[in-house]
Amino acid sequence: MRRTADVVIVGGGVIGAACAHAAARAGLDVLVVERGGIAAGTTGAGEGNLLVSDKPPGPELDLALLSLAGWAELVEEQATDIELERKGGLVTAAEPGGLDALATLGAAQAEAGVDVEPVPAAALHDLEPALAGGLAGGALYPQDAQLQPMLATAALLAGARARGAELRCGTDLVGIDRGPRGDVRGAVLRTGTIATPAIVNAAGTWAPDVARLAGAGLPVAPRRGAILVTEPLAPLIRHKVYAADYVAAVGSDDGGLLVSPVIEGTRSGTVLIGSSRERVGFDGVVPVAVLRALAAAAVALFPVLGRVRAMRAYHGFRPYCPDHLPVIGEDPGVPGLWHASGHEGAGIGLAPGTAQLVVAGLTATPPPLDPSPFEPGRFAAVAA
Amino acid sequence: MTFRFDGESVPARPGQTIAAALLADGHRVLRRTRVAGAPRGMFCGIGACFDCLVVVNGQPGVRACLAEPADGDDVRTQDGAG
Amino acid sequence: MTRVLVVGGGPAGLAAARAASRGGARVTLLDGNARLGGQYHRGEDIAAAAGVAVRSGVRVWRVDPDVAYSAGGEWPADAIVLAPGAHDRPLPFPGWELPGVLTAGGAQALLKGSGVLPGKRVLVAGTGPFLLPVATLLAKRGAAVPAVLEARADVARAWARHPAAVAAGAGRLPEGARYLHALRGAGIELRTGWGVLAARAGGDGCVAEADVGRLDAHWHEVPGTRETIAVDCVCVGHGFVGALELPQQAGCALDGDRVVVDARQQTTVAGVFAAGEVCGVGGAQLAAAEGAIAGAAAAGGRASPRALARRSTLRRFAAALRDVHRVPPEWAQALGDDVVVCRCEEVTAGAIRGAVRDLGATDLRSTKLLCRAGMGLCQGRMCAAAARDVLTAELGHVPPDAGTPPARPLAEPVELGALARGAS
Repeated sequence: MRRTADVVIVGGGVIGAACAHAAARAGLDVLVVERGGIAAGTTGAGEGNLLVSDKPPGPELDLALLSLAGWAELVEEQATDIELERKGGLVTAAEPGGLDALATLGAAQAEAGVDVEPVPAAALHDLEPALAGGLAGGALYPQDAQLQPMLATAALLAGARARGAELRCGTDLVGIDRGPRGDVRGAVLRTGTIATPAIVNAAGTWAPDVARLAGAGLPVAPRRGAILVTEPLAPLIRHKVYAADYVAAVGSDDGGLLVSPVIEGTRSGTVLIGSSRERVGFDGVVPVAVLRALAAAAVALFPVLGRVRAMRAYHGFRPYCPDHLPVIGEDPGVPGLWHASGHEGAGIGLAPGTAQLVVAGLTATPPPLDPSPFEPGRFAAVAA
Repeated sequence: MTFRFDGESVPARPGQTIAAALLADGHRVLRRTRVAGAPRGMFCGIGACFDCLVVVNGQPGVRACLAEPADGDDVRTQDGAG
Repeated sequence: MTRVLVVGGGPAGLAAARAASRGGARVTLLDGNARLGGQYHRGEDIAAAAGVAVRSGVRVWRVDPDVAYSAGGEWPADAIVLAPGAHDRPLPFPGWELPGVLTAGGAQALLKGSGVLPGKRVLVAGTGPFLLPVATLLAKRGAAVPAVLEARADVARAWARHPAAVAAGAGRLPEGARYLHALRGAGIELRTGWGVLAARAGGDGCVAEADVGRLDAHWHEVPGTRETIAVDCVCVGHGFVGALELPQQAGCALDGDRVVVDARQQTTVAGVFAAGEVCGVGGAQLAAAEGAIAGAAAAGGRASPRALARRSTLRRFAAALRDVHRVPPEWAQALGDDVVVCRCEEVTAGAIRGAVRDLGATDLRSTKLLCRAGMGLCQGRMCAAAARDVLTAELGHVPPDAGTPPARPLAEPVELGALARGAS
């Protein structure tokens, strides 16, 4: 039985898996502890989005672009088919005003390195024949992609294990052993303590619970998102299609129900219909009103879906921070405790870049981009 | 009462389901699967397994074990997702 | 006047509707089928009771504690009785997905509901007393039944372990004897400790023959006993699985595979009652007894001591029956890697095992999400129990989340247009 590790990663979701993969590749001796099964939390309850289109220029977009390259690399190097599809995103605007806003956003994103092509109203149906009529136009983002998040997580963990990492599922972290200066000395499991100088808190929406074990605070909270899944269909929707107001919903601080259509087909033939956002804690009962609103938004964008049946629904609790940026970096009060959480609904798309930042910190090597916007210290005032 | 199955005329008695009328007329294959293209027929018979899907008047995904045919219905084998 | 909504028109729901109506409630009965009666009374001319508003062909996709939703409507109520029934539990075997292989319940529905035989030469296999009426009905309607295969070898000895239940269920024994007599009269051979091992297709892609063989205590094939029988239909059933999705949606607590109810059949959610197979599979008589108690309670009254006594007798018998015909989870060890387990998504036993071996799955949820078993239209109704057993065999222990059935927020596919129309 192992007694030590270079780093203990808490959480077997996509963020923990990406951190494990990157850390193992950097030569660290890695132990991943996951209280349930892999990707059991938010990772297994998402759509697998790799989006640049919904991010205005800024640190999150930079992290998303870095992560896209990371996913491409992973697809090259490992055997598991993670169903990565570079399908492209199509953002639609219903009104001329919305189209102007989309054009302004697109121009700024292009400056930041995003591929974006304006789509006039007349060309919308060449891209998506089933789209509703009467839309003002849109924008095409060829870099937007989708993957199967469970398979991607499994592939990352398999890659980590191939480099010597150990994964323990059904294993709770019950304490954090700290030295005289408050620094991390060990990860306390039910079966004993693993001596380690570093713990990565990749517990997603439950990251505050892990932080609390070290007396630290983390302003990460759940935002419930529900998804409707249709019966399998013949190919109908080619891109990831969403209405321009989705960008506003992502950044919104509204605690009530926000619904904005985000629609895409999957390789298995189903169409996934998002997105809803509600701040209702960990309430696991999605009200009928949310399902109705999702259906209505989907049918408005793709009228042909009106006669298609939803066969399933699921929901996840996305971890969000007050400023809608993930929290990545060492805890200011607990040396050796590295946070990697708060990715809200974008964790799949931000995972490889997040892992690179964490491992750069762990190994004291130069980070791939400026880590300061993500640092946990920015919450020092609220967390105290 | 009769309906058509892949163009062929099939008799049905009132109260019979599409699956029953087809079976009585010797049709056991109701759909082909999406992945393997394998034939499937009626299985659970009570609407729980979704294996007996047929296309009825252009609408795919109809459970033949539940739906009762109307005179003149156009019923077809469902190929994949239909 | 109390508005009582009963969901399900089988023995439990019918009894509940009648009792609630007698108790003075305004009763609405929703049933997903074209005609009332559920599986047990299928094909009979069943009426609910005077004063009960029956809505047939209404399939409920969601229940909240005070309202049920169907594609076309919302059904508010002061109290709800959930009696959604059960479906067969089939065990996968090579060829079980071929046309011509049906569940025993499916064969019965076809015979009773539509008067159609599922085949001319029909093998009946599985476990449990339900196989007997299905086989006799098949024979009575003119099918040749080469054999009935009961997987349990020592049925009589197993019953001997439940003397109290045998005494309690004494009333049921003549029924069993009658079926056995009818089997013999029809010249049908009953083989205990036998099972179907494979079905193979003929030129038309449908079942043409089946391999049968003796089974050991784990329901693994006993070498050297395999025989091939020419058949055009195989009916299989290994017991039943309660339709738990509506009670789950309403927030009712479960104990394993059944809804927790109190003496009045009230669930852990006030105003929501449950009756019949979802409270523990036990057949039509127990379902009706529970339904009558639930209906009376939903209307604000109480059931007679006699009804309560009858329920407890039937429950003892049902529990023993479930134990006698329990599927040994080890059966899945012998399942070939190439056998389809999830029929909807065409996922094989090998793919389930691969999710564990290659992808790191350690529980039901991660297995399902990694290999798609249970993610199709039936939402795991046909494969969840089998997938659990395959996973148990692969892991070497029961998966940690085996006690929590997956939530199904939609109990029934619902058109997006219909769903959208209710949106404000």
